[in-house]
Amino acid sequence: MRESGGGGGRRSALHAFVMKELRHIVRDRQTLTILLLLPLAMVVLFGFALRNDINDVRIAIVDASPDAATIALRNRLSGNPRFSIVAVARTTDVVEPLFRRGAADIAVVFPVGFGESLSRGTSTRLLLIGDASDPNTASMMAAYVNAVIASYAADRGVNRQSVQIVPQFRMRYNPTLESVNLFVPGLIALVLMLVTALMTAISLSREKERGTLEILLVSPLRPWQIIVGKVMPYLLLAFANVITALVAAWLVFHVPFRGSVVLLLGSSVLFAMVGLALGVLIAALTSSQRAAMLGAIVVTMLPNTLLSGLIFPISSLPGWLRPVTYFAPARWFIVIARGIMLKGVGMSYLWKEHVVLVVMLLLLFTAAVKSFKARLA
Amino acid sequence: MRVLGFLLRKEFLQIFRDRTILGMLFIMPVIQLLVLANAVTFEVTSVRMAVVDMDHSSMSRGVVTSLAASGRFVPVESSQSQALADGAMLDGSVNMIVVIPEGFARKLETMRRAQVQLIFDAEDGAAAGVMRSYASAILAQYSLDVGAQIFPVESMRLSPAAERAPVRGRPVLEVRHRGWYNPALDYREYMVPGILVILVTIVGSLLTAMNIVREKEAGTLDQLNVTPITRTTFIAAKLIPLWSIAMVDLMIGLVVARLVFHVPMLGSLLLIFVAATIYLAGALGIGLWISTVVETQQQAMFLIFSLLMVYLLMGGLFTPLRGMPVWAQWAADLNPIAHFVALMRSVLLKGSGVRDVAGHLLALTVIGACVLGIAVRQYHKSSR
Repeated sequence: MRESGGGGGRRSALHAFVMKELRHIVRDRQTLTILLLLPLAMVVLFGFALRNDINDVRIAIVDASPDAATIALRNRLSGNPRFSIVAVARTTDVVEPLFRRGAADIAVVFPVGFGESLSRGTSTRLLLIGDASDPNTASMMAAYVNAVIASYAADRGVNRQSVQIVPQFRMRYNPTLESVNLFVPGLIALVLMLVTALMTAISLSREKERGTLEILLVSPLRPWQIIVGKVMPYLLLAFANVITALVAAWLVFHVPFRGSVVLLLGSSVLFAMVGLALGVLIAALTSSQRAAMLGAIVVTMLPNTLLSGLIFPISSLPGWLRPVTYFAPARWFIVIARGIMLKGVGMSYLWKEHVVLVVMLLLLFTAAVKSFKARLA
Repeated sequence: MRVLGFLLRKEFLQIFRDRTILGMLFIMPVIQLLVLANAVTFEVTSVRMAVVDMDHSSMSRGVVTSLAASGRFVPVESSQSQALADGAMLDGSVNMIVVIPEGFARKLETMRRAQVQLIFDAEDGAAAGVMRSYASAILAQYSLDVGAQIFPVESMRLSPAAERAPVRGRPVLEVRHRGWYNPALDYREYMVPGILVILVTIVGSLLTAMNIVREKEAGTLDQLNVTPITRTTFIAAKLIPLWSIAMVDLMIGLVVARLVFHVPMLGSLLLIFVAATIYLAGALGIGLWISTVVETQQQAMFLIFSLLMVYLLMGGLFTPLRGMPVWAQWAADLNPIAHFVALMRSVLLKGSGVRDVAGHLLALTVIGACVLGIAVRQYHKSSR
């Protein structure tokens, strides 16, 4: 609890106010249950279900003149557990309907006289047609098929290279590219934003709609005390959420935790405070719960999920969009959380991000308190 | 029917009177589409690379040049010690370190095999995977070039196709790629139909729930309940305006998709709208159902938001459904968002017809009928 500086009476008033708000939240069992379970559910879903690699590639074979070589390569493809051959045809006409129904992912088209060309050593060309309506998946599948073809070519002794530069790849900080390792830090940011910005905005604007905020404003509580009282319970909730998410990530998925837990919790509180200030500001600027909610989703949730590097890397964004990400608090927090959890770095590497968050907090809090005062005048 | 007419007028008036809401309904989708479509991509355009070249040969420089020439890798640092490069990766100023060991060129000439080490910052896993595949393709090509440079005669002999294609180092068995429907591999074309689904869903479910719960909170719902208006009329009057708004949003979204993102629209737009109508029955039904189980707008919003989040993430919008474990794929069969996203993508991008997407349409119809049916049954005129 902060010192109000206004003597014992005010302090106990603030205390009573915080208790009242806390009771409001605890009484709403349904929301509370969701609030406490959501982070857990999300960690589990993210961890188990969200993967970018595909282990079941459906191949259509187009082989106009089957011979020993095409059969050998076809067998090699069907022998690979990653692939299943869904159709074999003589012309490419079958490919289009298969793609349209979504029944095949990639077509391997053998040229006429494939085996003969290979044994004579003349140049021959295999065509891979991918359903590139999903470009990433299509390129990935093409790469898988390509690898099988390359190993076939190597075994047959074609395509020998005179020299080889062998790249050794090291995936530092996350050697298995386990997606849950990347998502958990981002997830904490998402849940924190949800609990802080969204819930505060709605809860404050509800009091506004009902007129109970006016009553609070004429009470001896100062605007900042009202704000603190309103946000304190959500801060506690947010803290509980961070801890559940971390414990789940650690116990279920063995997400590494290389840095300081204390620093991460501290940064989470800082980030949660930014979210709370944002929520208060949104509530102050909008007139109804619906507007506050839509505003909160548009201003906080979407940028903080999609422009923060949570799912999609920031380096993939077009240049004009990258500066926009600087305004999403989650962008900075995710750098902090991933830095602490995966890289194990401390303040000496992350001070810049902390400074940004502190500046954001100060600006938003000042703006929020100002806009509340303006209503009184 | 006359009562329905009056109620509809009231609903539309209420919606159009609120400027904030109106702006959010019609302008926000456009802005979101513009921003989101650009945001949701895994393509990596500029990888900041630190080079630790301990070989100082023309070939080691060639490795760096060939990576840089692709335009995707930008050398930002060059140092003699790996420790410096490691520090740069820790503070995030580079995403990749290329280490070329001493004797790289000599090994290539004598042993015909030499290693380079590429260290990626896999903190951003998806990006790291993409970077790795770019880099290995570039290095494979560079190997061919170097081979032709060091052993020109042998390279010619190794490729007997020389009489037909006198290009150095040309392989005998060549694999060509062709990506149908999206040859430029523009990820935005793939994501825009999915984002349209998000927009339509938010308008459909969220606003329906909020709209009814607001009347509940304000007490006007009780006033409506004591009037002779029937349950069906009331629900129709609530759902029709939001359904029309969602459809208008979809239209606006499609126009933006066409004009700004040049998303191909190969299939029938009529099919899209029919599917959207069916889909919205389910989406509005979820909103209606939620409005019956909650008391406050805060609860409604929170419940819908959590549901939407789970449905969107599990619906194959951002990550391919096919990469998910089997149980998640089964769950996706019951997920209307998954069906509608798949349908939108395949009709718009591939020109699929009714028969191609019949499965999705059927699933949407069944889910929509169930959800709406349950929600209507659950809705009682009398409030407890």
